[in-house]
Amino acid sequence: MEAGGADKFSVLLPTYNERENLPLVVWLLARTFRESGNNFEIIIIDDGSPDGTQEIAEQLEKLYGSDKIVMREIISVLFSSGTAYIHGMKHATGNFIVIMDADLSHHVSLYFIKQKEGNFDIVSGTRYKGNGGVYGWDLKRKLISRGANFITQVLLRPGASDLTGSFRLYRKEVLQKLMEKCVSKGYVFQMEMIVRARQLGYTIGEVPISFVDRVYGESKLGGNEIVSFLKGLLTLFATT
Amino acid sequence: MTKLGQWLCGLALLGSAWAALALAPPGLRLPAPYRQALLPLPIYLLVVFGCYSLATVGYRLATFNDCEQAAAELQEHISAARADLRQRGLCF
Repeated sequence: MEAGGADKFSVLLPTYNERENLPLVVWLLARTFRESGNNFEIIIIDDGSPDGTQEIAEQLEKLYGSDKIVMREIISVLFSSGTAYIHGMKHATGNFIVIMDADLSHHVSLYFIKQKEGNFDIVSGTRYKGNGGVYGWDLKRKLISRGANFITQVLLRPGASDLTGSFRLYRKEVLQKLMEKCVSKGYVFQMEMIVRARQLGYTIGEVPISFVDRVYGESKLGGNEIVSFLKGLLTLFATT
Repeated sequence: MTKLGQWLCGLALLGSAWAALALAPPGLRLPAPYRQALLPLPIYLLVVFGCYSLATVGYRLATFNDCEQAAAELQEHISAARADLRQRGLCF
């Protein structure tokens, strides 16, 4: 197994008010990549955060070098994950793109990068298989999660066990192709990517991940979220 | 074809097969016991599917991993990160 070789990983981090978490995420990523010997860059796409996220990002850029940390700001009313990724990809120089949240909910793991060696087009983190899982979830939240996932599996038969996780690795060309085809917003967009990827015949590998509930701040899962999830699911059901 | 399309086709196929056999238009009559058994089949299948769903979701809920270790590790990593970054001059 070659150690990295010509591969370079571009990590896209869309941020909004992540002043506390951003340095920690960057530090963890940098350490993980250094230990694995892989070439990397981290692209921070900030949506005009008022809390000083950008200042921290600039400090990190000085600390790690601007070949490793790239800060791009977009101020857009239409900021969604999709917009952020499109923007981020324009600046990405790697041949693999890692997409993850900047809120430390995904336990950054070396394993994830290694799984790429199965030569998959996409590697997706899953909370539902192997020793993947969650921390800090009460029974109600787990039930909703499993229930929603079950409905998704029945309706969409996506070939991946976890569609709403957003910790993924893509080959750059694959991501570009998928971005052209996908039209949804928010996390439904993440689901659509996997469904379309299957249709286009891309290979998808899965790696168990630990989803640790927001270290700072609260995650909400109210009635609104459930309704919009169902709407998104039914839209995908009818259009893909 | 979309997933919805696949479902509609599948349901149309099964539905017409069931209608043909169970509702028995003249010319395609099965013996009465068979017809009587086939008649409530859709409801039975729905109930079976409902039970399967409950059982599956229940099982998956029960086996949903709690990552105590990962959470603890993460806290350690966070402390190490803060210490290192502070040492290197980052102003939190």
